[in-house]
Amino acid sequence: MDTEEVNELKVLSAKMRVELLKMLKRRTYGHLGGSMSIIEVLSTLYGKHLKHDPLNPNWDDRDYLVLSKGHSGPGLYAALAVNGYFEKEILGSLNEGGTSLPSHPDRILTPGIDATTGSLGQGTSVAAGLGYALRLEKASQYVYLIVGDGELNEGQCWEAFQFIAHNKLNHVIVLIDENKRQLDGFTVDILNPFDIQEKMIAFGFHTMKVDGGSELEISNAIDEAKKIEDQAVCIVLDTVKGQGIPYFEEMVDNHSVKFCEQDYQAVDHAIQKLQDFIQKAGA
Amino acid sequence: MWELSKDTGLAEKEMRVTFRETLECLMGENKKVLAFEADLGGASHFAKIKATYPDNFVQMGISEANMVGVAATTSMRGFVPFIHTFSPFASRRVADQVYLTGAYAQNTLNIFGSDPGICAAANGGTHTTFEDIALYRAIPEVQVFAPADNVQLEWLIKEVTNRKGVHYIRANRKAVSRIYQEGSTFEIGKGNVIRQGTDVLLLTMGVLVREALDAAEELEKEGISVEVIDMFTIKPLDKELILREMRGKKLVVTFENHNIINGLGSAVAEVMADAGSGIPLKRMGVMDRFGQVGSFDFLKEEYGLTKAHVKHVVYEFMK
Ligand SMILES: Cc1ncc(C[n+]2csc(CCOP(=O)(O)OP(=O)(O)O)c2C)c(N)n1
Ligand SMILES: [Mg+2]
Repeated sequence: MDTEEVNELKVLSAKMRVELLKMLKRRTYGHLGGSMSIIEVLSTLYGKHLKHDPLNPNWDDRDYLVLSKGHSGPGLYAALAVNGYFEKEILGSLNEGGTSLPSHPDRILTPGIDATTGSLGQGTSVAAGLGYALRLEKASQYVYLIVGDGELNEGQCWEAFQFIAHNKLNHVIVLIDENKRQLDGFTVDILNPFDIQEKMIAFGFHTMKVDGGSELEISNAIDEAKKIEDQAVCIVLDTVKGQGIPYFEEMVDNHSVKFCEQDYQAVDHAIQKLQDFIQKAGA
Repeated sequence: MWELSKDTGLAEKEMRVTFRETLECLMGENKKVLAFEADLGGASHFAKIKATYPDNFVQMGISEANMVGVAATTSMRGFVPFIHTFSPFASRRVADQVYLTGAYAQNTLNIFGSDPGICAAANGGTHTTFEDIALYRAIPEVQVFAPADNVQLEWLIKEVTNRKGVHYIRANRKAVSRIYQEGSTFEIGKGNVIRQGTDVLLLTMGVLVREALDAAEELEKEGISVEVIDMFTIKPLDKELILREMRGKKLVVTFENHNIINGLGSAVAEVMADAGSGIPLKRMGVMDRFGQVGSFDFLKEEYGLTKAHVKHVVYEFMK
């Protein structure tokens, strides 16, 4: 990827962050931390790797994206809106009665959502099922699975991983958002995950670990993953919960934030900075 | 003995605070009381127990099925396990573990399934549980409770602590309206007639009790006399009370924050049908639908769980 392409993805990330922050600000609360830490992977997917068509979300030949850590739905909604799946104004209806944007992704309600998630762990089997079906069809498209590091506590993840590895479903690209935190605190304190990369290797995956805040590194890893032909593949994303805004990165409990006065100021400040960045980039 | 609270407003204390404080109180007396969490200790406030009784708090991470198995099995060594997670994960997600390692193996497990039914609100359809009572009612020996307020919840927690077996407690995390006077006591398997009436018998539980009482009061002004029962123990069910109180009534209504299939309404219908009562029954609740996202008030309206809906059903029948 050349510098220009990288910069385009950085602008895309910034645009998604702006929409995410506006959305949560309007709602006054929401799952901020885990939405922020997947922004770069989402912009890299939607901006470069994912075969998709916003005007035809049910296109039969599309790649699939499964956001297994469904509570980060707002991050995904921002990505879908910025990439033309629906009007940005709709983001304002998050969680309102009758909305098409519930807190957790719903494949029946929202254009561009392929997997209904929210009960942690279940999306891993959805990705495995899609991958297996596509394999039976001899179809060439990919399934991108985004799973949380806390979510890995769920046994179901490891059941799905065994299935994916055993069947060498190399078209299911497993992306682990290792932001080192879950709801009640740091993953090491809650249920020590030890070395996630080593674990995935032990489970039979060709596993890479990259800076999850770098569109370039993520993109390169996906390129490499696509070259693997006879093995399951996993990319561990080294991320920060609340990624991209120091104020929220440092917040003690940034999983689901109920904004106070100071938080609103931080949000406004961050939006301003991101918009300046977008403007400077001439986008 | 219980008494109704004179203050009918919203309780100052959230239900989760009562849950945690009651557990801490029990832990002060009994080292064997344990509180298990599956990474929702921030949501339940159970995480605070880590500071007060570090040896009695067990953090399981996001592994509800494992939590059920581990917690229930500690009872083999005389521990008294309480577990918490949101009601969908405390029921649907762990049904087999509760069935086998819990009930069938005759272990003890006290389950707090929080934010049942429309209490899930902003968490939406994926987190909405209209079938937890249905699942647990159908497992032998499991007892199912839906406390109406903090007073009843506190009493219930203390009561189950002294009992063996599997107890499922569904309750909102947030504050609910006061129903009972501080210090009231209850009986497992006994419903409470919380308002006398002669025309209609209205049975309800949990977060809808205040709504039912309000509906009854308004109907009284219209000349319709409604008796209200708080059926906080859904299983074991107070059959005697139902059979006694339905006598002479023109209509029986059940009103629940749950699917009308295999919840309170079904349980009452079974009792009435078995007795060949012949009295008309209206089951109010969620009409076999999935949950959705929205505020508690929006959802109450959406699923027909307001006092206005109760009044409408009663009027339509009585007119
Ligand atoms: C089965 C299940 N249990 C519990 C929850 C509640 N919950 C939502 S998010 C979360 C923590 C998730 O941590 P992680 O996967 O690390 O997500 P991230 O850090 O990316 O936000 C929990 C416990 C849930 N949604 N599903
Ligand atoms: Mg995490």
